[in-house]
Amino acid sequence: MWKSAETLLASALLAGALAVSGMAVADPQPGKPAAKAEKDKTDKARQAVNVAAPAATAPAAAKAIALGRPALQEEIAAWNIDVRADGEGLPPGKGSVKEGEELFLQNCAQCHGEFGEGAGRWPVLAGGRGTLKSERPEKTIGSFWPYASTVYDYVHRAMPFGSNLSLTPDQTYAIVAYLLNLNDLVAEDFVLSKDNFPKVDLPNEANFYDDDRETSEKAFWKKNPCMKDCSGEVHVTARAQILNVTPDGDPPKGNLE
Amino acid sequence: MSDTSLPPTERASGAKPSLSKSSLSRRRFLNLAGIGAGAAVAGGGAALAAPAAGTPDPNIVPVPDWTKTLGAPVNENPYGKPSVFEKDVVRREVTWLTASSQSSVSFTPLYALDSVITPNGLCFVRHHGGQAEIEPDKYRLMIHGLVDKPLVFTLEDLKRMPGRVNRAYFLECAANSGMEWRGAQLNGCQFTHGMIHNLFYTGVPLKTLLDMAGVNPKGKWVLAEGADAAVMTRSIPLEKAMNDCLVAFGMNGEALRPEQGYPVRLVVPGWEGNMWVKWLRRLKVGDQPWQQREETSKYTDLLADGRSRRFTFVMDAKSVVTSPSPQAPLKHKGPNVLSGIAWSGRGTISRVDVSLDGGRNWTTARIDGPALPMSMTRFYLDFDWAGQELMVQSRAMDDTGYVQPTKQELRAIRGTNSIYHNNGIQTWLVRSNGETENVEVG
Repeated sequence: MWKSAETLLASALLAGALAVSGMAVADPQPGKPAAKAEKDKTDKARQAVNVAAPAATAPAAAKAIALGRPALQEEIAAWNIDVRADGEGLPPGKGSVKEGEELFLQNCAQCHGEFGEGAGRWPVLAGGRGTLKSERPEKTIGSFWPYASTVYDYVHRAMPFGSNLSLTPDQTYAIVAYLLNLNDLVAEDFVLSKDNFPKVDLPNEANFYDDDRETSEKAFWKKNPCMKDCSGEVHVTARAQILNVTPDGDPPKGNLE
Repeated sequence: MSDTSLPPTERASGAKPSLSKSSLSRRRFLNLAGIGAGAAVAGGGAALAAPAAGTPDPNIVPVPDWTKTLGAPVNENPYGKPSVFEKDVVRREVTWLTASSQSSVSFTPLYALDSVITPNGLCFVRHHGGQAEIEPDKYRLMIHGLVDKPLVFTLEDLKRMPGRVNRAYFLECAANSGMEWRGAQLNGCQFTHGMIHNLFYTGVPLKTLLDMAGVNPKGKWVLAEGADAAVMTRSIPLEKAMNDCLVAFGMNGEALRPEQGYPVRLVVPGWEGNMWVKWLRRLKVGDQPWQQREETSKYTDLLADGRSRRFTFVMDAKSVVTSPSPQAPLKHKGPNVLSGIAWSGRGTISRVDVSLDGGRNWTTARIDGPALPMSMTRFYLDFDWAGQELMVQSRAMDDTGYVQPTKQELRAIRGTNSIYHNNGIQTWLVRSNGETENVEVG
């Protein structure tokens, strides 16, 4: 048994070798030096790698591809949880600041603090107004976030950390109402609902603008960057070792047992 | 006799090769030295453990045991692992950075890697709600919104899709080097620059799937959503989605690793890593961005005037010398190979210059290996070191003419509060004993 298996393997390998050498003999173009042909091949391969995708898929568009199936409405409804800044996606429901306070204390305060002040390294959610230009900006819902819809979307989608997608729409409205109240944006008796949601503006919205690096950082496109005697004497101005915050050399548990 | 091999009898009995105590402690010393506790430099180009002149090298005489005894069988590790001597080349965390290890990051050990492709097991990991474990048979991808035909695909559908492609791209977290805005902080390129990896992806163009669903002319943006417990979302301009994004199921020739989004992730070439949604479950076409948490309160760039840039998707040209660096100090005088990586989300790296004197004078480095668009490029500078102090820098340029700025140039425009998109020139101070430190110069 063993012997014949080995023989089979050997002949398979031999056949493979022959096939390869056969191709090599058949391939060369007459009159073209092998080295040149090889280089052309390499250059072509280089260009083919990482070309834009549309070129590669052009033929596919011509004929319908019989893959995938129509999505059912109830399937879409089950996953379609996003909420947009204009309120699109908000479900029916409402919740008060007062209800939100109770829910927040039960579900959120252990990480974010009773008043959204943050515990440990967990995010601070309230306060921070007027700090964005300071050395230590505090980016909270009230001081930084541009849209209240994002708070609804994210609280429902990803919070509470460890049991996300567990809050009902009413509970989510209530927690968002409480967070807005913590940030002095709505009164204590406020009730947030799908209907009044798009009217809740956050103060920092106007301070966001689209990426403008190609104009504001135009100076970084340079023809001939300096190569010689580009500056005066160079000195060390800051050192990482002094801070001593790098994980030490003690090797962590590796991927080998 | 070498201290790294077992007596022949133990080998023959099938015991696993392991390290003896003395070699462990020696390696441990070298590793600690590498991490910055001070490295001994050998003069005159001699190897660290070279014998005195005229004395036979004990690694040659007698012949080492591994040459005289049978080694391990072919399938000892059905899924191969690195050599036991490379066990410290692993991802590492900076635990003080984040509140929870489920919403955290581990860093690529760039200092120990070469060439341009990152090994699958060493690719940095960033989760926002832990690593989802998805059974491939139960995986579904939904496309809906402003489309003619809302569709559901299985993994098998994606693997049967015509027009499969292979593309090499870097993925850099927008917060890579984010801890360095206010000054040199973390001592090692693993930590300062290790939120990047470069892989060959296998998948299908996102355009193919969107065309099958039929995008409504009003559609301008695509929301990509993950199936993890963060249900991660990002809005992507339709133009980008139709241009070069991929729905990928393979990395470096094998299935995606769980921590990289198994079974399917989005590939958004040249753009910040957060948009490359892992465990991709849903694509929704709409007429405006969704203003999700990760594109408003996070991944926006707060500038010195208190205003913020948003939708800063593209990763600018950047580079770093990976060796020497704090975790890879110089160990020899004489010939040395400086090695580093460069990349640009705007195109192809066209040139990298290296300075050994803190940016006063520059030499153009040698690029070796493929220099592909939006892919990591490797550069080298072969140099002789006489033991003098060095201030090592690298400066990348891409084919749009963009030149990697200094940290001072960046701060002059952006201030120090923007967290994201720090692509300033890195300086490593190499001391005369070879020890290397993250510093800033001026």
